[in-house]
Amino acid sequence: MNQIERRQFLLAGGAFVVSFALAPIDAIAQQQTTPPAAPFPLRNVATDNVDSFLVIARNGDVTLYSGKVDLGTGLRAAYNQIVAEELDVPYERVHIIDGDTALTPDQGGTGGSTGIVGGGVQIRQAAATARQALVKMAAQKLSVEAADVTVADGIVHTRDGRSMSYGDVIAGGQFNVKTDAKAPLKNPREYKYVGKPLQRPDLPAKMTGKHTYVHDFKLDGMLHARVVHPNAIGATVASIDETSIANIPGARVVRIKDVVAVVAEHEWNAVKAARQLRVSWTGGGGLPGSDNVYAMMRNSASERDEDLIRQGNSATALQANAARRHAASYQWPAQSHASMGPSCAVADVKPGQTTIWSASQGTHGARRVLARGLGIPEAQVRVIYLDGAGCYGMNGHDDAAADAALISRAVGRPVRLQWSREDEHGWDPKGPPQLLDLRAALDENGNIAAWETEAWLPMNTPNLPSRPLLGFVAAGIPQPDGQSVAQVQGNAYPSYDLPNMTATVHWLKTTPLRPSNLRAPGKLGNCFAVESFMDELAAAAKRDPLEYRLHHLKDERGAAILKRAAEMMNWQSRPSPRTGNANERVSIGRSIVYVHYKHVDNRMGLGVEVAVDRSTGKVKVNRVVCAYEAGLMINPDAMRNQVEGNIMQAVSRTLHEETTFDAAKVTSIDWRSYPILAFPDAPVLQLDMIGSPEDKPLGAGEAASAPVPAAIGNAVFDAVGVRMRRVPLTPARVKAALVGQA
Amino acid sequence: MANVTLRVNGRAESLDVDDPAMPLLYALRDSLSLHGPKFGCGLGQCGACTVIVDGQAMRSCQVSVSSVQNRQITTLEGLGTPEKLSPVQAAFVAEQAAQCGYCTNGMIMSATALLAKIPRPTETQVRDALAGNLCRCGTHTRVLKAVMRVAANGTGGR
Repeated sequence: MNQIERRQFLLAGGAFVVSFALAPIDAIAQQQTTPPAAPFPLRNVATDNVDSFLVIARNGDVTLYSGKVDLGTGLRAAYNQIVAEELDVPYERVHIIDGDTALTPDQGGTGGSTGIVGGGVQIRQAAATARQALVKMAAQKLSVEAADVTVADGIVHTRDGRSMSYGDVIAGGQFNVKTDAKAPLKNPREYKYVGKPLQRPDLPAKMTGKHTYVHDFKLDGMLHARVVHPNAIGATVASIDETSIANIPGARVVRIKDVVAVVAEHEWNAVKAARQLRVSWTGGGGLPGSDNVYAMMRNSASERDEDLIRQGNSATALQANAARRHAASYQWPAQSHASMGPSCAVADVKPGQTTIWSASQGTHGARRVLARGLGIPEAQVRVIYLDGAGCYGMNGHDDAAADAALISRAVGRPVRLQWSREDEHGWDPKGPPQLLDLRAALDENGNIAAWETEAWLPMNTPNLPSRPLLGFVAAGIPQPDGQSVAQVQGNAYPSYDLPNMTATVHWLKTTPLRPSNLRAPGKLGNCFAVESFMDELAAAAKRDPLEYRLHHLKDERGAAILKRAAEMMNWQSRPSPRTGNANERVSIGRSIVYVHYKHVDNRMGLGVEVAVDRSTGKVKVNRVVCAYEAGLMINPDAMRNQVEGNIMQAVSRTLHEETTFDAAKVTSIDWRSYPILAFPDAPVLQLDMIGSPEDKPLGAGEAASAPVPAAIGNAVFDAVGVRMRRVPLTPARVKAALVGQA
Repeated sequence: MANVTLRVNGRAESLDVDDPAMPLLYALRDSLSLHGPKFGCGLGQCGACTVIVDGQAMRSCQVSVSSVQNRQITTLEGLGTPEKLSPVQAAFVAEQAAQCGYCTNGMIMSATALLAKIPRPTETQVRDALAGNLCRCGTHTRVLKAVMRVAANGTGGR
């Protein structure tokens, strides 16, 4: 392979390059399809060691080994920028390999917009330590003091005009140093790459079909597999009629207790067999049904109650201002990650050596879970990250990996397992439903005297070693008991300074559908309730929604950001709703909300303009503006892309999305029954990303989804005077509310 | 077993298939290793598998391999390469109009087919042409900007 081909190869599929720094280049192509020989690992992957993260080749190419993975967020570009910056090498010379358990350090899973705040900071310090070490080594080789050399573009220069490249300095050797927390970082004012909107390295290949997604990965001798999920959650196999697929060439049934799958040499035959196979199931189900879920939650005994905040005395203040008391209840539905590509994995389970290619958010964590589930030592399992379709938390990728591994072991061949669309919508772990009651009382001036939140949320099992994976459960492999929903209580009370405020969570032991962390877990539902209710109070006080918020917001930075959003909205002060527009067919409404994400992360002012069709109830979001506290932006364009995407997805979740289910299982199983926002209705976005190189990095995106639902609901209220307290705001629900109003 | 001949990206490809009703998508991805078109739903609802057949954007999960014999099939790979991007591909890179990129194939193919027919579409025409292409990451505004960038040139996207 020549240099260009090699670079393209790295761009196209760096994740499964086994060790280009160690192996002859010619071997790479072969290694692409040949699993490496045991034992794993091939490299030191300790997280406190510079060599774990960085390798500098003779020619000066730098390889970054990252345990965090790029889930389509542009993290690869940002990491390469950080390394180029702190090492002082050209951006183009940095290549990344991410999420290979045998090659990359265990930096924990990727999620919660912590790729930069967590992983990036770790990588920055490793790169700074590497630079320090290179300077020291170079000075020694050149017989000068370390203070007397300078570095530019990967070349160390002495004052008397001599120079040596990093490649020659390290000369194929290793750093052999631990990451030094005190290694000096570059002064932000001298940043050359950080803070620049550099293009992502993966997009040219993704735009031309050359990038290898996990869905595209093939092994010699590989079988195609499909699982056949039961007709009710938790059902078990009564019988399987194998003759029902006898007419399909090469198709055969694989059964591991209640895991039912089909395999075939050709993919289409596996697809047909999965559709055609007759399986009798027994038992399972017992779900409350999506229409009854909120009543069920309210009536469930809580496992324990927790006060998130208790300041002043809200009960007394509510009593004292009982004449101006308000209460409302808000409902947020179960939602799906609804990834565009169904979950997929390739597994090759052999005695003593198991390799799994997966789009898991955390391959090291996945390795622990998969090794335990398969009952084999962790050291014999290697999990290699390949890009999947976007997931926004844990979707079905890890389930697919378990399925693929179980089936590969059963058939003794490499297996590519892909879920169907119905599998993905029906069986991916869901963002759980949320129920919030809000109570407040206004003082005689209309200001908030007391606020109470009472929330019913599914509890997160602390220190759960792994989430239960479908295939392992069905195979009868004991799984840790519990559920993982992340910090769903975040932002359950407002980001304002209120004299008397209490927020209590009733933690529920379970939730009807297997949950996981779906983007900004819990915060969309909580902010929908809190910032909608804030608007209700402003309307009750007959005050302008912006003025009312600013009155209760003492944090100056927050107020400035909210005012910036108002300026972008060209805000006209008046109370909501608009009046005198009842005869319009389509009414326009506007809103503004404020959220300080998790009360410690990004501050955001966000406003929307909606058009509500009174005849159909259809809500169209015309425009969203957002003033977003971004902090240090490694790659401003990649970060803007994340903020845009979060806003757009939150518009979709607010207007369209609800996972419905009956007593047996999920009934929203495709893009018709679970629609998402489409191009004709995509709003115009206007963002102001507020941050400077001197700032500390903040979360890079998911925060922006939190204010969106309330902003839409408030704008609908402004337009037509009906208060929507249940998501999604479907035309039928808005229409019903309009009819009820008349 | 049946033999079919496909004309893909200007080349004639002869394939043996077990089932002439097999959707084109599987022939492209599995037999010809053309991974541009993606499986998204198999229901014609999401657009991730879009290819261009005789100038029309089509869902390759919804047409059988036998029904498109001897028709001109173009996949994402047939438009350009990383070194020589087509105008639409180049515009997507310039606007960084993707996140995960899984649906991007459909956007580029639908936009390419539209621009070939209407070199200077309005933004509304672009939105309508992409109505059947879903994006979950929320890159809609960037995709629209990318297509409008090519529309501004009026060159038809090829």
